[in-house]
Order: sequence, then C-alpha cells, then structure tokens
Amino acid sequence: MDTSSPPAPRLRLHIPPHHSMPGERPDFGYVRRYAAGVTERPAIDVPAQATHELAYHLIRVLDDDGAAVGAWDPKLEPETLRRGLRAMMLTRAFDDRMMRVQRQGKTSFYMKCTGEEAVGVAQAFALAPDDMAFPTYRQQGILIARGWPLLDMMCQCYSNAQDRLKGRQLPVLYSVRDAAFFSLAGNLGNQFPQAVGWAMASAYKGDHRIAVSWIGEGSTAEPDFHHALTFASVYRAPVVLNIVNNQWAISSHQEVAGGEEATFAARAIGFGLACLRVDGNDFLAVHAATSWAAERARANHGATLIELFTYRAGPHSTSDDPSRYRPAEEAQQWPLGDPIERLSQHLIRLGEWSSERQTQLESELADQVRETGREAERYGTLDNGPHFSTKTMFEDVFKEMPWHLRAQRQETGV
Amino acid sequence: MPAMTMVQALNSAMDVMLARDPDVVIFGEDVGFYGGVFRVTEGLQKKHGEERVFDAPIAEGGMLAVAVGMGAYGLRPIVEIQFADYIFPATDQLISAAARLRYRSAGEYWAPITVRAPCGGGIFGGQTHSQSVEAIFTHVCGLKTVIPSNPYDAKGLLISAIEDDDPVVFFEPKRLYNGPFDGHPDRPSQPWTQHPKAEVPEGYYNVPLGQAAIVREGAAVTVLVYGTMVHVALAAAEEAGIDAEIIDLRTLLPLDLGAIVQSVKKTGRCVIAHEATRTCGFGAELAALVQEHCFYHLEAPIVRVTGWDTPYPHALEWAYFPGPARVADGLRRALEG
Repeated sequence: MDTSSPPAPRLRLHIPPHHSMPGERPDFGYVRRYAAGVTERPAIDVPAQATHELAYHLIRVLDDDGAAVGAWDPKLEPETLRRGLRAMMLTRAFDDRMMRVQRQGKTSFYMKCTGEEAVGVAQAFALAPDDMAFPTYRQQGILIARGWPLLDMMCQCYSNAQDRLKGRQLPVLYSVRDAAFFSLAGNLGNQFPQAVGWAMASAYKGDHRIAVSWIGEGSTAEPDFHHALTFASVYRAPVVLNIVNNQWAISSHQEVAGGEEATFAARAIGFGLACLRVDGNDFLAVHAATSWAAERARANHGATLIELFTYRAGPHSTSDDPSRYRPAEEAQQWPLGDPIERLSQHLIRLGEWSSERQTQLESELADQVRETGREAERYGTLDNGPHFSTKTMFEDVFKEMPWHLRAQRQETGV
Repeated sequence: MPAMTMVQALNSAMDVMLARDPDVVIFGEDVGFYGGVFRVTEGLQKKHGEERVFDAPIAEGGMLAVAVGMGAYGLRPIVEIQFADYIFPATDQLISAAARLRYRSAGEYWAPITVRAPCGGGIFGGQTHSQSVEAIFTHVCGLKTVIPSNPYDAKGLLISAIEDDDPVVFFEPKRLYNGPFDGHPDRPSQPWTQHPKAEVPEGYYNVPLGQAAIVREGAAVTVLVYGTMVHVALAAAEEAGIDAEIIDLRTLLPLDLGAIVQSVKKTGRCVIAHEATRTCGFGAELAALVQEHCFYHLEAPIVRVTGWDTPYPHALEWAYFPGPARVADGLRRALEG
C-alpha cells in the first residue's frame, strides 16, 4: 500500500434541501418553461425508444396568449372544449363545497384536486367511457367528466345511509364499477400494477378496452411503480400509466421522490416503454398526450408512461396546513398557470366563450353543487347519521359469511 | 384410480380447471416452459397454451397486483409463489388489496385469486426455503388459508380454492410433495403409491373449504394438526401407543370449529402441533378457541408442540422440526396433566 497517497475525500451524504421555506419567495427556477407547440408528435406506432427524448421536453399546446399551437393540438370542437371547461369547473366547485362541509364537521376528511383538474377531466375526455380507470384519490374529475352523479359522490363522502360503499371507506375513496372506476385504496401506488393486470386480462380476452392508471410522483418510489413498469413492458400491456407530478407529497417536494436527478417521465427509458412529459395544466396537451397513448395501447403497441407536470394548489388533504411547509403564494406563481383559466382564455380567444359566460357558469355550478349538497345531507352526514346498521359491518368480508363472523355479529347484539 | 403424488394431484387440479374454465390463468416464476421448480405446473403450458400458463418476472408484489387487476376484470388467476418464504413482498397486495377489495367496494369488485406456495421444512432449505408462514395470513380478515396433507385432499381443495370467489392462500407442504413424511428423516422415504389418499380421480371433484378430517379416531386425547404434521402426529401416536384422535384441519380459515369441539369434548385433552414458530402461531388461536368452547370438558392444560421461535436453521433442521418424539412427549404431557 502506498502510504504517501493523499487521504480519500470524506464521503458526504446528500439530503435534498427543503424546497422553498414558508416566508421565502417561491422558487420555480427548476421549472423549465418550454415554448408551446415546439415538441414533435411522433406516430403512435414508433418504437418506444423514439419517444425517449420527450422525457426531457414538455408537451404544451396552449401558448401564453391562449392560442393552440403545434403538432399536438388535438383540434377539439368548441363544444367539447366547453364541456371540458364545465367538468373542470364543476370539479372545483364540488371540491370547494366538500372541503367546507368537512370544516363544518359534517365529515371526517376531504381531498381536493384544485389546480389539477385537467389531469382527470381532459383524460376522461380522451379515453373511451369504458376504459378502466385505476386512479388515485385526486382524480375525482374522471367521475365528474364521465357524468357520474355528484349526489352519489357526496353520499360517499358523508358515509350516510345512501352511501353505496356502506360507510366503509374514507371520503373520496370511491368505487364506481358502472363508470369503469376502480375501488380506490388508501395504500399509495398499489393500483398502478393492478391496472397492468387488468390490461393483461383485457388483452388475454381479445377485448378492446384498455386500462389507465395514475400515481403521484411521490409514490413512484414505491415498489408497485417498478412492478407496473416491469410487467407492462414484459407483457406489452395495453395500459396508460400516468405520473401526476404535482410537486408535493404532503410536505415533501418532488426532489425527495427522486425528481432532482431525472424527470419522472424518464423512468420509462430503462423499461423500454414509450414516454411523454406534458404540461398538466394545459387541457389540450393533456388530452392530446392521453389520446396518443390510448391509441398506441389500443393498437397493441404497448404501454406509455406519461408525466403530467402540474401543481397541487391546495393542501394534501384536510389534515395538513401547507403554510407550514411552503410559501403561501406558491400556487399563484406556478409558472404553468391554472387549467381552468387557460382553457377559458383559449375559448374566449376562439370567440366561443366570454368572461360573462364564465362568471355565469361559475354561479350556476355553485348553485348546482349547493342544491345537490342539501339533498345529500338529507340522507345523512357522518356526524349526525343515519349510517348503515352495525350488522352490515360483517358483510362483504367474504362472499359468504363464515361462522366466526356470524358469531361476532351476534356478539354485537344485532 | 391412479395413484398420484401430491405434485401430480396439484397438477391435475390445475389441468382440470384450465380445461373447465377459460378464465383460469396461471403465472409465477419458472412455471411456464419449465413447469415450476417443484414441477407442479409441468406440461400445463404445452397443453393449454402460453397465454394461460406463463413465466412471471421475479416480483411477488407485482404478481399479486397483476392478479388483483385480472380478478377485477373477471379472470380467475392462480399465482405460484416459488417458496412461501418469498411471499412477503406480495403481502401489501394480498392484505391491503386482495383481502379488502370486496369489503371496501361493497361487493363491486372482488379478488378470486389462488396463491399457491410451497411451505415447511425438512429439505435442508435453510431459513429462506423452509418457513411455515400460515398464521400471518389467518390473521388477515378477508383471506382463506388452506394446507393439504395428502394428494386426494390437495387436488380437491385446490379445485375449491380456484373456484372460490375470495382470495385463498394455499400452502403446499413441500416435504409431502413426493411422499408422506412421518418426521423420521433417518428412515427411507416412503412413496405416495402405497398411501390410500394417493388414489386420486383423474377428473373433476372438490373437497370443500372449511371442513376438517378425522384421520385417526381415538378416545384419549385430541390432536389438532395440518400439513406435514398430520403424518408426524400419526407416527407419534403409533409409536407412543396412545389412543389419540387426530384431526387434519385442512382449512385454517374458515376453520371447522365444530369438528374440534366435538372431539375435545369427547377426549377432554388437546395437543396442538405445527411446524411454524410458536409465539402467535396458529396454535395460539386454536388453544384460545378450545378453552373458550371446551373449558369445562378439559382435564389437562392444552399442550402446544411447535417449531422453536428461531429462524429455521440449516444444519440444525431436525432439532428445530417438531418430530414424532416431541409430539409423543406432548401427548404424554396432555395425558398426565
């Protein structure tokens, strides 16, 4: 051993620094603002590798003036755009109402998707109504875009006597088989590889339906994410895999999930999957990317990983206070704007909408949500009931109730 | 009727179900072309096609997740976990998803999944190829847990498990795959051919889940066992000359409590034996149930004979294994107590 060589440098552990403290100025220096319309749109049947440079682009259609530009413009009819705008606004109005009633103590918990409405809504518009969704708890916009009744969603949130889930699930953890919407889990990420299994089954049966799943950027660190990409690649499953990068996992910035060294879309590269990275607040870009991936999957060219780059404008849930971990004005300063304002601006620019109609629609939707909320409350709230009877607690653990559950039900006296 | 090994009987169960139900698919590590490391799926891919019996990446969590998705679609997947010791990466999908799906969706979705996994020691597999992990799963509401002890039951129970609309964890005592094992590793291996329970019909039949079998009638003491320990308990009773009534539980959940209670009330004594570690093992649940339901009939404390609370040691395998001498000692303690 050469004792004259200099000592090796001391090793240093890197901890990603906390991104933007409360009271500091928001720092979005890491967000590269790609111009709208510049990203190339490959054919849907290209080899996955041909999409890999898109992992470091950002597909944008709407420019700063609200014009739709470039190859990714899905060229939707104005009426479709108005319906999309309405669904996003209804989602926001619904979220606002449910957040308020939680604050009033009428239920235990709520999660908004404010700022991320284009994610669920534009995608539901791009998919077939029977494409099977395996969402997270922040894609309530899918149900709203698919026309599922708000009343049913509210009754779930209230765990009342009309709750189809019999008061068993935390608010927002919907299950709607009739809207091709899988039962939501509170366990993060485990729906992602389940969607791949559903897609494999659909392919096995020679069906036409594809599966679509969503995961937060934070949960991509879970093994389920790795499993989903592995199985999707190995079996060329007809599935669209979405990472919703809303920058924050409760108080942990995307850097803690591994966003510091690579984009989340780039995870696809090592698995040989196609990938797209999209401005998640651009309704048209989200629609176009989702259509591309869905068409590719439907044509047996395999799965696409889409990173939807967006911003969680609200708290994680009713149980956290974002002012404790990020600057209060961050949401307002998000460089990619607000999805509702941007689509509205686009429609106005097309001469298909006006700020008066926007204001009028806002007020109509608020009324609709309020009326529906009153009706839902007539069926009960979590704090005041009525709820499902205690005996239903023992049902559906198994298809047929075994003796030990019957005995336990008898112990409760019902 | 042909004599089958447990491997052949399990293979036959899957063969029958693949032929009967186009929604049955099988996947797992090495199960396709190769037919599984224990040969349980041998020939099934060739016969039924590679879309129905196929190899999976080494990702137990991924396999279970895929099975949950397939089940939600309407398929009836069978997943082979190569060793029960490797099931732990799959537990989140099994416990948080498969077992809870029917309940959390109020019956909109369910998970008609069969998870097969070879369990138990006695093959010098060391601590990562020998464990008996059944109690972890019997503790989970929403799962059924099955462990057969002979070829006839193995086929009939596996068919019931595949047909069940709820998730079933099906443990296969690997030491029994090719012959009954009485717990004497020093004696020559016995083949299944001479065993009455190796007479297995070639076609469809089932053994319902939730029904125990009395494998030896007796009046002195009740022995509650399953899997390999059925054969060990039989040997122990014979060698000690004790009039033991031996109950093969076959299904741990749902449990056949009626058969247990009836027997213990008759004998007044109870020995519980399992290969798994003792603390919080399934024997603890059995002992609690026996004292709840038979307390005034018991004439002696309930005795547990189990694996020790250590990892399964490679070289000291037979010091760990609760063999016939330890079970016989347990029987004597129950009789003396």
